[in-house]
Amino acid sequence: MEFFTISMLNGLSYGLLLFMLSSGLTLIFSMMGVLNFAHASFYMVGAYVGYTVASIAGFWPGLVIAPLVVGALGALFERYFLRRVHKFGHVPELLITFGLAFVILELVQLIWGRTAVEFKPPELLRGPAFTLVNSSLDGLQVVAGAAPAALCQAADAAVRIVCSPFPATRGFMMLVALLMLLALWLMLTRTRIGLVIQSALTHPEMVESLGHNVPRVFMMVFGAGAALAGLAGVIGGSTFVTEPAMAAALGPVLFVVVVVGGMGSLAGAFLASLLIGVIQTFAIAVDYSLLGLIQSIGIKPGASMAGNSLMKLTVSQVAPILPYLFLVLILIFRPKGLLGTRED
Amino acid sequence: MSFKLIHRAKGLLSLAVGVALVVSASVAHAQAKPLAGQTVKLAWIDPLTGLMGPVGNNQLNTVRFMAEKYNASNPAGVKFEIVPFDNKLSPTESLNALKSAIDQGVHYIMQGNGSSVALALVDAINKHNERNPGKEVLYMNTAAVDPDLTNSKCSYWHFRFDADTSMKMEAMTAFIKDMPDVKNVYLLNQNYSHGVQVAKYAKEMLAQKRPDIKIVGEDLHPLAQVRDFAPYIAKIKASGADTVITGNWGTDLSLLVKAANEAGYNGKFFTYYATVTGTPSALGSAGAGRVYVIGYAHANMGGQPTQWMKEFNQKTDDDMYTFAYQSMFEMLGIAMAKTKSTDPVKVAAAMEGLKFKSYNGDVEMRKSDHQLQQPLYMTVWQKTDAKFPYQLEKTGMTQALVKEYPSYVSSTPTSCQMKRPS
Repeated sequence: MEFFTISMLNGLSYGLLLFMLSSGLTLIFSMMGVLNFAHASFYMVGAYVGYTVASIAGFWPGLVIAPLVVGALGALFERYFLRRVHKFGHVPELLITFGLAFVILELVQLIWGRTAVEFKPPELLRGPAFTLVNSSLDGLQVVAGAAPAALCQAADAAVRIVCSPFPATRGFMMLVALLMLLALWLMLTRTRIGLVIQSALTHPEMVESLGHNVPRVFMMVFGAGAALAGLAGVIGGSTFVTEPAMAAALGPVLFVVVVVGGMGSLAGAFLASLLIGVIQTFAIAVDYSLLGLIQSIGIKPGASMAGNSLMKLTVSQVAPILPYLFLVLILIFRPKGLLGTRED
Repeated sequence: MSFKLIHRAKGLLSLAVGVALVVSASVAHAQAKPLAGQTVKLAWIDPLTGLMGPVGNNQLNTVRFMAEKYNASNPAGVKFEIVPFDNKLSPTESLNALKSAIDQGVHYIMQGNGSSVALALVDAINKHNERNPGKEVLYMNTAAVDPDLTNSKCSYWHFRFDADTSMKMEAMTAFIKDMPDVKNVYLLNQNYSHGVQVAKYAKEMLAQKRPDIKIVGEDLHPLAQVRDFAPYIAKIKASGADTVITGNWGTDLSLLVKAANEAGYNGKFFTYYATVTGTPSALGSAGAGRVYVIGYAHANMGGQPTQWMKEFNQKTDDDMYTFAYQSMFEMLGIAMAKTKSTDPVKVAAAMEGLKFKSYNGDVEMRKSDHQLQQPLYMTVWQKTDAKFPYQLEKTGMTQALVKEYPSYVSSTPTSCQMKRPS
């Protein structure tokens, strides 16, 4: 039970991190019809800027400043580069973000070096957020912070007690993502600017003729999407590792999230993020293989089959490719994505 | 006119004097150091970028440090020059690096990180040497420990200075044999040749030495890709394992240990590489008393190794752990002095079966498979004290020697059918 809970929390926290990134990506996509290839690069820049600010002024100022810096960079990129190629159609737009991803990668390596930097979470977040204490006698208990050592030790050898702390960094990651989701939803549905954004998504000409500055709305959305990626970068970078390959490692998964959720659907991105986070985490726990499956239905495999490395692959070994498999399946069976509305 | 002649004569005279001086100097030198003044280029092919970049950077500093030491003192009198190539831990990049090293006239190739890379290199070097007689290159393997390299894929041109996976596992299981509280073992390894071999030998040798031990779980994860080990740790905890055996290295070990500490896993870790860059910091004080390392050297050997570790630390602010380079330089120096040549074919013949004294005692390059036979040490992570004073990565922690295994204990048989050039 505690394994299920902890794995679920691990999966959800990873999924929520994915959501922090994919929300911006899907907003930008639905507005401009362009998949921003440099989105994960903004995540990386956020982590590195956060690292630099944190080493000067501490983690918390870094958490605020880094998203602002990345957001400004994103807005400037939209204003001075993306807008210029906009008139040439979608392919040049796509290519310019593709180019930007490489430029950012090289710049990051020039400025911060080619190896990982040590980006530590603040003192406040280093311990566990809470501890699950599972005793065969008293059942499951939740203790805030670290559990006292006495609680984790059974006085009687027959009683099995397992303490599973949940790291505060991951709790913080979940909290920030949920707050962000709430703020985003309130802004899009309850404010005037949100209404303008929503209408600019579907009817930009109409909105423009009503006197709104649609290009500026585009710039702000692009900047805000980049800022959200930057925020995710500070949190993700300090929880995992901050290194030049972090963008390349996350980028493809983001596209999976956006496509699976449905292009341009915020709710879909949320659902897909959680789904992929949870699937990837739980897949690691599953040790079934094709060989095991065959044996379990009563067929005795021959020597060549038993030695076949493809047959022996367990689900946990293929866990890293599951999101992509998922992507292919969704594209075949439900091309518009889980919650998408577009048919094209 | 006459002035010019005088001038030329003067020039000739000084030239003659100069030649005479050089000749007499080199004659005097030749008795002591047969190859004085010759330069031997060694290509270094290992990662300097990516997740394993810090490991490679440390090792490049180490090999340069060692080269400096041996340039001053090797018996052949040669000067070792290091030509580094960044292979990004990729076999393809390594083959490109090998090619440009050969084009630059380098005859000695060093590589260590990743048996996946080593297997590609050994293949390429075999082919090159077969097709280009007179231009042979030798492969100095400093850390790639897949046993295949000295068994089914053994090559006359390949020499390994690390101890292979089976040797280390032999010593590790000999140690575990006497630990009655090890009952349930989990095998977590990287999904490539080395990791697969660690899991295979761990199962075989534990079954021989401690048949009562249960393997409660086994996992292979992608090499240098995983950033979040929390799901693996949750699985290990759920399996009820009291001990984890892992051949992981670099970030794959430091992130694993970090996740284990965060998730409150307090079982033992038996590792190959817990002293490699980044991992000591991740271990911190939380790893005390339960993280074991098997290796051909350790942080508190005393004498010259410790002296060099201190010097290295002052120079680079980092810890030296790849002592395999020392055995390599030692052996190259002896073999070149013996053959009075830097020709790789002659040097290779001289290195076969060579016995010499290295930093860890008497060692031998076994003739049958070119695997260095050497003592191994089992150490445990703990606070520094009077007996074990050298702290790693400024953690205040060190590895304390718990058991020393002489060469014959860890020596494993080989199935190598060495093809020697006729």
